[in-house]
Amino acid sequence: MRPLFKFHGGVHPPTHKAESTGRPIAQAALPSKLVIPLHQHVGNRAVPVVQVGERVLKGQVIGRPEGRLSSAVHASTSGTVSAIDMQLVAHQSGLPDLCITLIPDGKDEWIAHSGVDYRQTAHTDLRHLLRQAGVVGLGGAVFPSDMKSYSHKHQIRTLVINGAECEPYITCDDMLMRERAGDILRGAEVLRELLYAEEVLIGIEDNKPEAIAAMQQAVLEDKHAHMEVIAVPTLYPGGGAKQLIRVLTGIEVAAGVRSTEMGVQCFNVATAYCVWRAIAFGEPLLSRIVTVTGNVEHAQNFEVLLGTPVDELVAQAGSKPDTERHIMGGPMMGVDLPSGSVGVTKATNCIIEASSRLFPPPPPALPCIRCTRCADVCPAELQPQDLYWFAKARDFGKAQEYHLFDCIECGACAYVCPSHIPLVQYYRFAKSEIWQREREAQAAELARERHEFRLMRIEREKQEKAERLAQKEKAALAAKASAPAPNPEPAIAAAPATADPDDTLQMRIDAAVARAKEQAAAAQPKNTDALTAEQQAEIDAIEARRAKIREMAAHAGADDEPPKSNQG
Amino acid sequence: MISALWVMVGISLLLGAVLGFSAIKFKVEGNPLVEKIDAVLPQTQCGQCGYPGCKPYAEAIAKGEAGINKCPPGGDEGIHKLADLLGVEYVPFGEGTAPKPKAVAFIDEQTCIGCTLCLQACPVDAIVGAAKQMHTIIAAECTGCELCIAPCPVDCISMLPLGEDISSWKWQYPTIPLVQVAAQ
Ligand code: SF4
Ligand code: SF4
Ligand code: SF4
Ligand code: SF4
Repeated sequence: MRPLFKFHGGVHPPTHKAESTGRPIAQAALPSKLVIPLHQHVGNRAVPVVQVGERVLKGQVIGRPEGRLSSAVHASTSGTVSAIDMQLVAHQSGLPDLCITLIPDGKDEWIAHSGVDYRQTAHTDLRHLLRQAGVVGLGGAVFPSDMKSYSHKHQIRTLVINGAECEPYITCDDMLMRERAGDILRGAEVLRELLYAEEVLIGIEDNKPEAIAAMQQAVLEDKHAHMEVIAVPTLYPGGGAKQLIRVLTGIEVAAGVRSTEMGVQCFNVATAYCVWRAIAFGEPLLSRIVTVTGNVEHAQNFEVLLGTPVDELVAQAGSKPDTERHIMGGPMMGVDLPSGSVGVTKATNCIIEASSRLFPPPPPALPCIRCTRCADVCPAELQPQDLYWFAKARDFGKAQEYHLFDCIECGACAYVCPSHIPLVQYYRFAKSEIWQREREAQAAELARERHEFRLMRIEREKQEKAERLAQKEKAALAAKASAPAPNPEPAIAAAPATADPDDTLQMRIDAAVARAKEQAAAAQPKNTDALTAEQQAEIDAIEARRAKIREMAAHAGADDEPPKSNQG
Repeated sequence: MISALWVMVGISLLLGAVLGFSAIKFKVEGNPLVEKIDAVLPQTQCGQCGYPGCKPYAEAIAKGEAGINKCPPGGDEGIHKLADLLGVEYVPFGEGTAPKPKAVAFIDEQTCIGCTLCLQACPVDAIVGAAKQMHTIIAAECTGCELCIAPCPVDCISMLPLGEDISSWKWQYPTIPLVQVAAQ
């Protein structure tokens, strides 16, 4: 028996899991349309590569990954692209994002696809396949899996496969483990290979005996060496990556440290499943298991095509008429969906139909009595009451000092708070405020740099211009000294002749203005007294040029004042 | 007695030398207060404060020549930050100076005649173009200072307010529970 460890705090909310585990996973009906967001993962939004009106096949890439951290998006079934536009998406903001709307043709016709033997394939190619297959973390974080499966030899000792599923109501991983344990383990084997990990620990909370049995059975049947299925005590939030790593290995992943630096990497069971489908069969991530529960006639898990409108999905579980809102995720960490029209995404593990009967509105918040019950249950060992205080006072610096960003928003603190303070809302508010400030600070820094560079550039240009002018005048003087011409103003004749075509305009303006001043001051009356025909012609030409230059100068605007230095 | 005096004199000379040396060695370039003030200013470089950019305004504040409530892009929060930094009282915006919502400039490329006037006005080189060629704005680098609008002879530049999108969206301050407390 492997010794298990404990993490700090934790709570025991009612699990409500039995409602949705009574029935096997059902295939959700083909919806009337699919609204597929192009940004279903952490990182850059995928770029659409199809046109409106185009017919696409099931599994065809419709959004190509952009940049290093990104993932592909695929057509979940065959059909016609009817729109590429901004649509409401499954995001708590209620703001629209770029989506591809697909009208299924009912044929469900696959694009040609085939798998590879992962043992015969280079790791970089495997990672590329994962990226192209759109495989991302399905536990909720939706981090591109290819970026997580990179490792040197001997860097990662333990691969943790997370089947804890600690959040109440959600049973999608439970059902997946019961029904498809073999593929999960094969996927875990691929990941182990990619990470050069020595052992694979599969952590499952002990309130899922069927899943544990199925997984253990599969380990034995397929003779997976280095793999162990471990029942961990049911304690929320034991499914948090850091918490599960702590329980299984005893390793405490410190704040700001990645678990890989401690020799552990963690993947969700559903992700491992998708890794196997992608590598062995070439099937991209097109569907996922979604628990539909709460205020429904028959709660159940469905295998749902990505992009299926939530309304059409919940109808299949018999959503009751008094449902007021849809929660995506569980009751502890989930968020309200802005509308039932949004499409299911890779992050949608559960839809809870909520009514005020099932989830009565929380009693009014009272002032914090500093009972520190929240601190007792916080799995990140924070002081939630202090964080609350700082967030409320908008003292974000202090909140960060108290490790606000270690908070995993698990809601355990709010769950026990006798004053019913919506603590997590304060933390989310504070975090997004801090991010916003960081963005602004970065933008300001960029603007400062660019402005300073511009000032420097203008200064440099001025200097260069002055230097060129000085040189030219020197050359002109030298010319005058060597061959004195009958011309009273040799510089005039010399300047246009020697001017190189690039810098002419401004320099001619400068020279002209300077000459005009000089002439006006001294020479002009005397020169015009006795003119030869030759000189008269020259002066006329100059006058014409001056007029033209004045016109141009008027156009060039106030920004181009002649630099003072051109006088010398 | 005398030896004690000599020791003290020796120590003070030594320390003086160390201080003098470090004052030269670790001399801070520029005025650190100006840098600090400049770091708080939004760097829009719009000149609405009456100075030709944020740095000159920072210098004026440092010299005590300018009030802290002259920068509309910094908003109310900017005044608070300056007040905190300088340890002075918060002063609200005066008449006629009010912050505007964030925006970026947009050139109607059909109308642009390629006169380069906006390009010369932009304090952060956020406009690309060349003489007689169409100009365009690098939205990510535009600070929204509006300095390019006035010079344009064909009025083809407009300011587009920056709406909220998913990546810039923020969680709201939780207000509903507080309202409920008040109702009790
Ligand atoms: S549990 Fe609630 S009342 Fe108690 S200290 Fe924490 S925030 Fe305050
Ligand atoms: S929500 Fe954050 S502060 Fe509250 S218990 Fe969870 S980790 Fe701790
Ligand atoms: S008003 Fe404009 S130029 Fe002046 S400090 Fe503010 S942003 Fe900078
Ligand atoms: S493009 Fe216009 S508004 Fe934007 S920074 Fe440049 S001058 Fe200012």
